[in-house]
Amino acid sequence: MELYMSLAIGIIFAVGIYQILSKSLLRIILGTSLLTHGVHLLLLTMSRLKTGAAPLLGEKASAYVDPVPQALILTSIVISFGVTSFFFVLAYKAYQRLGTDNMEELRGTEDE
Amino acid sequence: MSLLHIAVLAPFIVALVVMLTYKLIGRVHTGWVILPVPVILFAYFLGLIPTIQGGEQVQAVLEWIPSLGINFTVYLDGLSLIFALLISGIGSLVVLYSIFYMDKKKEAVHRFYVYLLLFMGAMLGVVLSDNLMVLYGFWELTSISSFLLIAFWHHRDRSRYGALKSMLITVFGGLAMFAGFIMLYTMTGTFSVREIVANVGSISGEALFIPAMILILLGAFTKSAQFPFHIWLPDAMEAPTPVSAYLHSATMVKAGIYLVARFSPVFAGQAAWFWIIAITGLTTLIYASIRAIKQTDLKALLAFSTISQLGLIMSLLGLGSAAAYYGGGVDTLLYTKATTAAIFHLINHAIFKGALFMVVGIVDHETGTRDLRKLGGLMSLMPITFTVAVIGAFSMAGLPPFNGFLSKEMFFTAVLQASHMNFWNADTWGVLIPVVAWIASVFTFLYSMILVFRTFTGKFQPEKLEKKPHEAPLGMLIPPVILASLAIVFGLFPNLLSYSLIEPAMAAIHPGLLAGGDRFHVKIEMWHGWTAEIYMTIGIIVLGTVLYKLHGSVSVLNRPLSKRITLNRLYDGGLRVLERGGKSLTSTYMTGSIRHYVMYIFVFFIAVLGGGLLLIDNIGIDMSAYAPMSFYEAVAILGLVIPVIALPFVRTRLMAIILTGAAGYMVTLFFVLFRAPDLALTQMVVETVSVMLFLLCFYHLPKLKREKVPMSLKWRNLLISVGVGAVVTLIALAASSGRAFESIADYFIKESYNSAGGKNIVNVILVDFRGFDTLLEITVLGIASLGIYALIKVDLGEGILGERDRYEGVYLPNSNDVILRTVSKVVIFIVVTFSWFLFNSGHHEPGGGFVGGLMTSAALVLLSMAFGMDMTRKIVPFEFRKVMATGLLIALLTGIGSFAFGAPFLSHSFGYFNLPLLGETELATAVIFDLGVYLAVVGVTMTIINSIGRDN
Repeated sequence: MELYMSLAIGIIFAVGIYQILSKSLLRIILGTSLLTHGVHLLLLTMSRLKTGAAPLLGEKASAYVDPVPQALILTSIVISFGVTSFFFVLAYKAYQRLGTDNMEELRGTEDE
Repeated sequence: MSLLHIAVLAPFIVALVVMLTYKLIGRVHTGWVILPVPVILFAYFLGLIPTIQGGEQVQAVLEWIPSLGINFTVYLDGLSLIFALLISGIGSLVVLYSIFYMDKKKEAVHRFYVYLLLFMGAMLGVVLSDNLMVLYGFWELTSISSFLLIAFWHHRDRSRYGALKSMLITVFGGLAMFAGFIMLYTMTGTFSVREIVANVGSISGEALFIPAMILILLGAFTKSAQFPFHIWLPDAMEAPTPVSAYLHSATMVKAGIYLVARFSPVFAGQAAWFWIIAITGLTTLIYASIRAIKQTDLKALLAFSTISQLGLIMSLLGLGSAAAYYGGGVDTLLYTKATTAAIFHLINHAIFKGALFMVVGIVDHETGTRDLRKLGGLMSLMPITFTVAVIGAFSMAGLPPFNGFLSKEMFFTAVLQASHMNFWNADTWGVLIPVVAWIASVFTFLYSMILVFRTFTGKFQPEKLEKKPHEAPLGMLIPPVILASLAIVFGLFPNLLSYSLIEPAMAAIHPGLLAGGDRFHVKIEMWHGWTAEIYMTIGIIVLGTVLYKLHGSVSVLNRPLSKRITLNRLYDGGLRVLERGGKSLTSTYMTGSIRHYVMYIFVFFIAVLGGGLLLIDNIGIDMSAYAPMSFYEAVAILGLVIPVIALPFVRTRLMAIILTGAAGYMVTLFFVLFRAPDLALTQMVVETVSVMLFLLCFYHLPKLKREKVPMSLKWRNLLISVGVGAVVTLIALAASSGRAFESIADYFIKESYNSAGGKNIVNVILVDFRGFDTLLEITVLGIASLGIYALIKVDLGEGILGERDRYEGVYLPNSNDVILRTVSKVVIFIVVTFSWFLFNSGHHEPGGGFVGGLMTSAALVLLSMAFGMDMTRKIVPFEFRKVMATGLLIALLTGIGSFAFGAPFLSHSFGYFNLPLLGETELATAVIFDLGVYLAVVGVTMTIINSIGRDN
């Protein structure tokens, strides 16, 4: 399972980065969303999959899956929600004000 | 902390006090306030003379970073003492002089004195530190204070230019010196100068010995303005004249001399040391003396004269180092005479040059010009100033009975001695040494005469002067008169100095030549018969007088050297090339395009991580222990990958958003599969809310266009993307294949219930074990939401719009769907109740503040969609930013609360209580913290949604 997950994660990363390297702001934002998913799955996969019960002591299992990446990911999910929203509003306001979402046209001038 | 430490630190402390209180002492000239500092220091160092003369040293250690061998060790021997006396003595006179020179009404005098004190402390630190690292720190501090003082009149271009130049050159040398110090440390294992001197025998053969020497000499030569690094000193004359007198003639420029003298016990005895210093010194001596006679600005003349005299002292130290070669015996004592002359001339130069600078300052102050072509005939108008000038200039020219005569004679003795040397190839080239010295002395005589007689005799030209000249005020005259008197006293009674100061300093420079308990015997005499030296002096006077007569008419003497190739042009050009080159180099990769920067990051990522994985031999991808995969899981993976792969190919915004959302929901499914119920819940709600957010915004973003990208760029992007993907896959495989160390997970699994009283380990980690992280995380969320709020609300240039003013943003779709409205009435209550259930059960079962808060927000969003935001605002009349703030506050207060019980920040406690109705119930402070998280999340989410989807 880990092998296929690793391949899937690689694909998610590749597509996410390809999106980030495009010119359109919307695609870039969607790309960062994909990267977030990729990172979450990567964290889970790195700690091995399905090695025990869910990390709830009420399960009274003999082994539990690693709770540490789960705590990390939980934090990350909420943070990335905040960041993505911020990014979206930034893009939307930039477009409203400057009339373009093309990153090449948004580059700074010589004096900045 | 010893008295000596306090002596070094006192100027800094007073500088701080002056900076803080100068407004309170407004009516008094700041100079009067700080004058006691150098005076008391001078008295203190005078009081130490008998101790040092008795062959003792004063030292004290203040531990700083003992583990690195860096301590603030102060050490006072004969050499340091001379410098300390110069710094405090000349410092006192300069401060007194400056009180009358710096107009309190026109200048920021407090700033001037703060810089001056900064310098005084730094310079004392240089000469009193035994530890090389501390010495280096003080050394650079003198460069910085010199920079500040040169640029004191920073509205002038020339001042800023001069300040930058001096800074660049001296700091360059300082860095070289620093490298030399590090090399010495690697060889000896200590930063203490005394310990290095003690170990000198064992290091002289090492490969780093000569490089260390050259680097340290670079520091000394740049600081002491030796050829070809001298170019900063003439430009440093833009500083107020008291600064020139103090820093740029008497003390700071002698720091290089100090360094050479201080390291003589380490390096003397090396042919390289002897030749480098002697040749550099002699070159500087003659070159600068020739430049000096061509100057028309009095301060420029003095600047070149200072460079020339520094070269003289430097060359003497070089010649004196030959003594270490012989290491005892009769010849040795002959060579040490050069060292004696160096120390003596060091003192003399500070005295007569200090006086001359003050004279020039007076002339400048009283006439408004320093230009020799405008000056003349001031003798009768300024008789006292003229007298001081004559004494100073005659002393500089080496005429009896002034102190300069004595050291000039000793200089000749030393160079004549050098011409008889029979080692290190000196027998061939040594003959040149006295010739160069003599010619340079002729020029010295010449510029000394120009300085005095062009200014004070000849035709008085009042029409060319800005002011009507008259004698300076008494306070400005006292310091130069004192210095001129000293020039006479030390000329007539030189042995006042030789016993008290020169002998102990000799012992510090040549420790190896003394048997235990012995001391150098220095006796300086005015007359030693008709020797070669006296004939040389007579020759100088004769030839010098002839040249003075010719000076006005012979252009070789008064025209500047070639203007085409000068060191200054080299410096300016070099600086320009550096600036332009730096700019063009930077602009090749700092393109302003974020895509490029992102590309650099990813290429670096591939190179470092991919390269790293390749370099490690045994990544050890071990697939044997991998979990099995069922058919349905394979389908799920396909379900995840297919929308992802499809994403780059879709052309509509809506489709792109839906595909990304699909991928997100599939990730939720994987969280379920991989036994992460908390994550699945949270991801599900977040995905719902974000898709809604995307849909709110996307309508207002431009349509996706077919990007007109050249194929080559596409391939490049593809290559980078696939490269990163491959590296990540490898990392995932390598990381899941076995561990190099034990996981910390076992600890959390074991302690979750015992220590924190919770059965949901993930939730316990979040609110208890890593509660601090969570606190900061919700703070970040709060900042993000406020950022969004501000972005929407702030109209650049117009300030924050009123709560409901002209907002032309996006509108939350307001549904008229009866079914939605009807259903949502019921559903909302169910969702809110469920969210509370999730929140409450979080400690033991899946749930918690995060997911609870998100779920509540989802219910509120649903409410807004069904009934419009006005209705929502009526039903839930909260200001969500305040809800967020309340949540943060609760979380923070829970953390602070643990202080009341003497526990560290964010310690939690739990217990079991028998409550009415509920029976035996567990209550934990972690739940209060989680409540804070819950409120913060609700506040953040709703602030974001409300900001974006504001109703009209």
